[in-house]
Amino acid sequence: MDIRIVGVSKAFGRTGALRGLDLEIRAGELIALLGPSGSGKTTLLRVIAGLEFPDAGQVYFGQEDATGLAVQERQIGFVFQHYALFKHMTVFDNVAYGLRVRRHGTKTEIAARVGELLDLVQLADFAARYPRQLSGGQRQRVALARALAVDPRVLLLDEPFGALDAKIRRDLRRWLRELHDRTGHTTVFVTHDQEEAIELADRVAILNGGRIEQVGTADDIYDRPATAFVMSFVGDTSAIPVGFDGHRPSFEGRSFDTCLLGPHRGPGLFYVRPRDVEVTAPGAAAITGKVRTVHRTATGLRTQISPGKTDTLIEIELDNSATVKAGTEVGLRFLRGRLFET
Amino acid sequence: MSQRPLPPPTAATERPVTRLCLTAIALAFLALFLVLPVIVVFSEALAKGVAVYLETFDDPDARAAIELTLLVVAISVPLNLVFGVAASWAIAKFEFRGKSLLITLIDLPFSVSPVVSGLIYVLLFGSQGLFGPWLEAHGIKILFALPGIVLATIFVTFPFVARELIPLMQEQGSLDEEAALTLGARGFRIFFTITLPNVAWGLLYGVLLCTARAMGEFGAVSVVSGHIRGVTDTMPLHVEILYNEYNFVAAFAMASLLTLMAVVTLAAKTVLEMHYGDALARTTRI
Repeated sequence: MDIRIVGVSKAFGRTGALRGLDLEIRAGELIALLGPSGSGKTTLLRVIAGLEFPDAGQVYFGQEDATGLAVQERQIGFVFQHYALFKHMTVFDNVAYGLRVRRHGTKTEIAARVGELLDLVQLADFAARYPRQLSGGQRQRVALARALAVDPRVLLLDEPFGALDAKIRRDLRRWLRELHDRTGHTTVFVTHDQEEAIELADRVAILNGGRIEQVGTADDIYDRPATAFVMSFVGDTSAIPVGFDGHRPSFEGRSFDTCLLGPHRGPGLFYVRPRDVEVTAPGAAAITGKVRTVHRTATGLRTQISPGKTDTLIEIELDNSATVKAGTEVGLRFLRGRLFET
Repeated sequence: MSQRPLPPPTAATERPVTRLCLTAIALAFLALFLVLPVIVVFSEALAKGVAVYLETFDDPDARAAIELTLLVVAISVPLNLVFGVAASWAIAKFEFRGKSLLITLIDLPFSVSPVVSGLIYVLLFGSQGLFGPWLEAHGIKILFALPGIVLATIFVTFPFVARELIPLMQEQGSLDEEAALTLGARGFRIFFTITLPNVAWGLLYGVLLCTARAMGEFGAVSVVSGHIRGVTDTMPLHVEILYNEYNFVAAFAMASLLTLMAVVTLAAKTVLEMHYGDALARTTRI
């Protein structure tokens, strides 16, 4: 089922508001809503679920206008960040809850369906346990089975791995991807972890301040960031203010050579990834920078350099054999970078 | 209290002597003010033997008092259960105007002297009161009858269930209810399958406290009851009457029943806490 969100606005007291947001979710895809906290990603998910109603705009489920539909009528599956399992019910009863409410078949049919789902999430042996007897990862899987039980038109997950430790997170992530490939549910999940979003999702929607900044695949987001926000939010970036001489960007009055990506040609902010920065002898490049700090890491030297007279810090990782010292001057060459208007 | 191992001694821990003294003082206080009275009640009640003790309950007035008290409890506790659950549900799960006013009002019976609570009903329903003439004209008797006693009891015991549930429900938030919503459940079903089971122990404890207080309420009931022997005398009022008549055995026998109720409540509370330790301890205020 494809979902269209058209011009949705939702005002709140402080954060998490949506401001005229548009988004198309394709049938069967796994899409991530990625953004800093307060960007509105959870609110958007709750608007799709019907747990919040927008002040303006429409939500379409396929051809159907679902804007006014109550949450019970939308047939969605929702997995909460902290699982929200029913504490006083066994795993079996938790998963069966939706089926019983919706009267999906007889007692034996429900039992069979719950068994199937518990097999799917590899918890068949845990049916009689209570949530408090399960680990975090197991609880998350119960929550998923419960959400899948009613055969939802769309599966919505709010920070599904937020409360788990790193190792379980990675395993569960891979497992969820496989599960999605097998069941083919249209799935939307919220995360603030860009690595998680890009590894797991077919497409990533990046939110900022209640609006979508960009929707695209990992390649789109990394290689063709649509806005300065996307460029700086996804992956490490440094930015310096530059002018433009008609052909080349200039920094503090001196034009420099670089491969310019993106459409904008003119003064603005020049964004560069650390791997595209080269350190040379002072004077060998158009831009001079002052080395602020040098720290040893497992793989090399983490070096912070501020170009020209600015306080901007460009953080790059140099080879272990590099001979930079804090307080000295170096030349900086930018192999490629992207210009955005300010 | 739940059974937790004592923390290891730290620099802030008092010396053994100090600790011993403090504990002794606390225990002595408890013995003097709580344990001793209970012992006195039972020893006075049984002063002339078990036979005399049991005989006092054969008195028709005593029986009437016990029956009246049980009737009052049977009416006021279920009503307060419903009111309390409704009020805490509204306060914990919804935002509305006047919410803090409602919370303050629920606490009112705690801060008002029970005698004043009783007087309110006299002023409202007494023959000189606001509705008195009208009620009299229609032959409805509230004061010096069962309705007045029930009203006064409900007023005094109103906070017990609500006060027990509000913090519990607030702490639990609405996540479980939202989960049930997404699974297709609606209002009443969510309430009975999710909300209520989540607060079951706290609710039971609130009802126990409410019952104990409803049985034992003296001040408010005393004002509205009219002390008609065998008709509007509840157990606590009957204790007073017997005592004033120097009928000590009967007075203490009746008092022993009320004490027993208190002990049962305490025992039940302990059992509940063993089951349900941390959540209950956190939210118990009274």
